[in-house]
Amino acid sequence: MPEAISEPHLTTMPKRAGVGLKAEHYRTILETSPDIGFFEVHAENYMGTGGPPHRYLSAIRERYPLSLHGVGLSIGADRPLDRDHLGRLRQLIDRYSPALFSEHLAWSSHEAGFLNDLLPLPYTDETLARVVEHVDQVQEALGRRMLLENPSTYLAFAESTWSETDFIAEIVRRSGCGLLLDVNNVHVACTNQDWDPIAYLDAYPLSHVQEIHLAGFAPDADEAGRPLLIDAHDRPVDETVWGLFAHAIERIGPVPTLIEWDANVPDWPVLKTEAERAELLMADIDGVRRRAPALNHAH
Amino acid sequence: MIGSTGITASTLGGPRQADGTCGLATRQADFARAILDPVKPPPAGLIGPDGHPSEKRFAVYRNNVVVGLIETLKAAYPVVRRLVGEEFFSAMARLYVVAEPPASPIMLDYGAGFPAFITRFEPAAVLAYLPDVGRLERAWVEAYHAAEASPLSPAALGHVPPGDVPTMRLTLHPSVRIVRSAFPIVSIWQANVGGNDAGTVDIDAGGEDALVARPEAEVEIRCLPAGAAAFMEALRAGSPIVDAMKKGLFASPRFDLATALRGMIEANVIVGYDLPPVRSMGAA
Repeated sequence: MPEAISEPHLTTMPKRAGVGLKAEHYRTILETSPDIGFFEVHAENYMGTGGPPHRYLSAIRERYPLSLHGVGLSIGADRPLDRDHLGRLRQLIDRYSPALFSEHLAWSSHEAGFLNDLLPLPYTDETLARVVEHVDQVQEALGRRMLLENPSTYLAFAESTWSETDFIAEIVRRSGCGLLLDVNNVHVACTNQDWDPIAYLDAYPLSHVQEIHLAGFAPDADEAGRPLLIDAHDRPVDETVWGLFAHAIERIGPVPTLIEWDANVPDWPVLKTEAERAELLMADIDGVRRRAPALNHAH
Repeated sequence: MIGSTGITASTLGGPRQADGTCGLATRQADFARAILDPVKPPPAGLIGPDGHPSEKRFAVYRNNVVVGLIETLKAAYPVVRRLVGEEFFSAMARLYVVAEPPASPIMLDYGAGFPAFITRFEPAAVLAYLPDVGRLERAWVEAYHAAEASPLSPAALGHVPPGDVPTMRLTLHPSVRIVRSAFPIVSIWQANVGGNDAGTVDIDAGGEDALVARPEAEVEIRCLPAGAAAFMEALRAGSPIVDAMKKGLFASPRFDLATALRGMIEANVIVGYDLPPVRSMGAA
C-alpha cells in the first residue's frame, strides 16, 4: 500500500469529480473499479482502531486519490481545540496520505460535550481572531495547509459586523488556509439569509478555492412563510445549485468537485451519474474558456 | 470589496451592534444549553433576514443535533429498536441523548451508556432482557471497530507439549467481548437481527453467555458453553489456564476445559500464548 500511495497520480487531487465514500458502496467500488476522480471520507468515521472501515478504505485508497473531510474539530469554538482529536487527525493523515484535508467554519463542542452538528458563528472581530488562531494551530499540528468550508446557516447573529464573504476572505489572508467552496451551502445560506448568491460568489475569494462540494437540500419554510432550506445531503443536486456551480467554474476553471450524499444513500449508478454531470459541466466550461480566452478576462 | 459588490454587513451578516456585549464564550454556552433543552427559548439576537427572532430557525439546529444522535443510536442498537418498536425507541433515545450527550466527536463511540440507561428506564422494565440485549449490541459495535490481530492456527497451538498446557497464558483477540446474561440473549438477537423473521424465543429457557469477536472481517456472535465465560474472562485477565479452569468450574460444575478450548480455537479468538519463563518455548 505505501508504494501505491507514493505514486503522484494518487497523492495529488485531479481536477475531476469525486464522491463521498459510503459503506453501502465499498464492495461495488472494489469489484468494479469505476472511473471516478477521487473519494472523500469523513475523518471521524475512521477513528476506530481497526475493523472493516479501515480494511475497505485501505483497499480503495490503493486505487484512488483521497480527500479527508473533518466534521468534529470545532474550529469556531471559543474553547481551545481538542489536542487528542488533532492527534487522531494526524494519525489518519499519516496512514492514508490524503491529497486534501478540509474542515468547517463552524463549532460543535462546549463544556457539556459534543453537539453533533455544524453550528453557526457570529461574524465579529472576536470570532475572527479565534478562528484564525485555531486554523493556525491545525495547520501547525497537521503539517499542511487545510481547506475551510463555508457554512449552510439557518439564522444570523445580531452582533455580526462582517459579511460572511469578507469574514472568510480575511481568514484566508491571515492564516494562509485554502478554501472548500460548498455551492449547495451558498444556495442554502443565501436563500435562508435573503442574500444574492451571485453577489456572494463574486465577493467570495474564489482564487483560493481548491475543492467544491455539491449536495441536495430539503425545502421548508419558517413561521413567517419565508423559505428555509435544510442542508440535508439526502437527494440529487438542485438545478439552481448546478447553475451556481457553473458560475463558479466559469470564473476559476475545473476544480476537484465532490458529490455529497450522506442520507438516503442511493445505489452506486445514481451517485456516479451525478459525478459524471459535474465532470461534463466542468469540461464544457473549460472548453469554452480555452477557445475564447478573451471571455476569461471579461468578468 | 463590500462597496464594489453592494453586499454590506447588514445584508450578509446581520445588523451591527455597537457595544458587542455578547462575547463568543457566552454565546456558545447559551446556544448549547438551548439546543439540549427543548423548553428553553432560543437565545436572544438570533434572527431571520427580517431582523426578528425565529423559533423555527433555531429549531433546525436543535433538530439536527437531537435527531442526528437518535439516528446514531438506531444504527448501533437495531435489535433493541426492533424489540420495542420505532416510536418507543425514539422516545427513549431522545431522553438518553439529552441526559448523556456525546463527550467526543467520534460518533462510532457514542451510546456506550445506553444499555445502563435502559436498565434505569422504567417504561422498559417489563422487558427485563432488554438491557442485556443492549449490552450485546454494544459489544458488537466495539468488536467491529477493535484493533486487528492474526488468530493462531490450530497447528501452531498443537506444538505446545501437553504438560505445558496448564501453565500457558493465552492472548485473546482484541475484539473479544463476553456478555453474560440470565436471559437467552443470543437466541433473541439471532431472531431479530437484520431481515431475520422474529421467531418465538422462550424467555424462560435459561440464560446465555455470548462470545462476540471479529477475528477476520465479520463480527461473529456465539453462545458459550457453561462456565466458559468465566474461564475466558480469567484468561483475558492474565490467568494461566489452570487458574482460569478453576474460575470456569466455580461458575458451573458442567464446565469442560477441552470443550471450552476447542470452542475458542474454532472461533479464532486466540492470537498468542506464553509459557512460563523457565521452560519458555517462545511466545507466538
